[in-house]
Amino acid sequence: MATNAKNIAELLNTDTTVKVGDIEDGSVTTAKLADGGVTTAKIADDAVSTAKLYAENLGRRNLAINGGMQVSQRATSVSSISSGGSYHTCDRWRLAIDTSGTWTQTQETLAVTDPPFLQHGHTKALKMDCTTANGSLSAGSYIQLQYRIEGHDLQKLRTGTSSPAPVTISFWVKATKTGTNIVNVFQDEGGKQVAFSYTINASNTWEHKSITIPGNTHDAINNDNTRGRQFTWYLSAGSNRTSGSLQSTWQNYETGDEAVGQVNHADNTANNFHITGVQIEQGSSATDFDHRPIGEEMMLCQRYFQIHENIQMAAYVNAAYRRAESYFALPTQMRANPSVSTLTTGNSSNIRSPATTYAGIQLAVSKGGANIHMESNSSGYMTIDGRKQSLDAEV
Amino acid sequence: MTRLEDQSVIADAQYKDETETQIIVTIDGVELIVPNDPDNRHYAEIMRQVEAGTLTIADAE
Repeated sequence: MATNAKNIAELLNTDTTVKVGDIEDGSVTTAKLADGGVTTAKIADDAVSTAKLYAENLGRRNLAINGGMQVSQRATSVSSISSGGSYHTCDRWRLAIDTSGTWTQTQETLAVTDPPFLQHGHTKALKMDCTTANGSLSAGSYIQLQYRIEGHDLQKLRTGTSSPAPVTISFWVKATKTGTNIVNVFQDEGGKQVAFSYTINASNTWEHKSITIPGNTHDAINNDNTRGRQFTWYLSAGSNRTSGSLQSTWQNYETGDEAVGQVNHADNTANNFHITGVQIEQGSSATDFDHRPIGEEMMLCQRYFQIHENIQMAAYVNAAYRRAESYFALPTQMRANPSVSTLTTGNSSNIRSPATTYAGIQLAVSKGGANIHMESNSSGYMTIDGRKQSLDAEV
Repeated sequence: MTRLEDQSVIADAQYKDETETQIIVTIDGVELIVPNDPDNRHYAEIMRQVEAGTLTIADAE
């Protein structure tokens, strides 16, 4: 008999209470506990150590930058979008559209009564508002809201091994049109895709969705700054992209398998589509949204896009076509050498014409820094101010 | 390997100067100065279209 078991004398004395000391070490197995029998109240303070937590429940889980749609460096609203593939409002969220009506994209502010705020604290969302409808899609029609991740940030998924990690995508969505919608994931290395459907059950009602995609045992993602995976939310898809079948395991890319069953959100000008709280995380279950400070979120966005406002410079030269240059370091090193766009020319004096060419950020732009330059029209002071330019290194 | 289509609308490509290290181009209606960096997505798409014969880069003025 185990030393801590009750003996006959104790039982004859009607000592029937089973105390901790009466229970043999290791004798209470998991099977002896009722489901839900161990409540939070039964766990002593500090009894659950970090080592007992599933690692993916800790911080830094969200592979998506600006999943809460907080940062919109370019604009907060852009109208008349009907073609092309560009970034319009919320940073990192690319819209590609072809023969699917005309849309206004807005970074909208959520009300405190909206479920994404009430349940997860989201204050912003990306809204798509159909302003010209297309109820009869062409074969090549599509609306794709894309999120692209570079290879450096996907190494934790261990793709191309025998035990790659699954990925769970969770998000809040609200749409006027109900029905089946598709999220497609394309992996550049290997050229493979998977696609899953989700259902918008109620019109104009926020719903929280979760999709888990399997790990890819076939193809390793390069550990570099090129695109590793593209996650695409569809709003419309013509027959070119719906003629195949949804692939729930990684299969070679076929256009017809992209978005089978996708409803057409472009079929009525009353239609809106809203999304926020996008989390892309390692593992097979969705966890609470991984909120980051706004300053950190902005810095993460600036690896891919930066705006520099009120650029100004002054110099004195003694002849025409003399150049002055000044180097400045970028606030965040960018993913690649960026493309430069002049958003506002601003003011200039004594600058060689055209001022957009002979002044501003244009020379020696690299991942980490850039030169502001001016070239004179004649001798004397030359100045620029109020110039606004963007640097784009989106993946 | 399969490569997803870029979907950008690219027009009016021209080298910025005789060094041919930058391209002035209009993409989705926005004028950009694009560096010769294969990792730059604009440059990669420009060169893909040049190789496909659907885009020509004009010499610098």
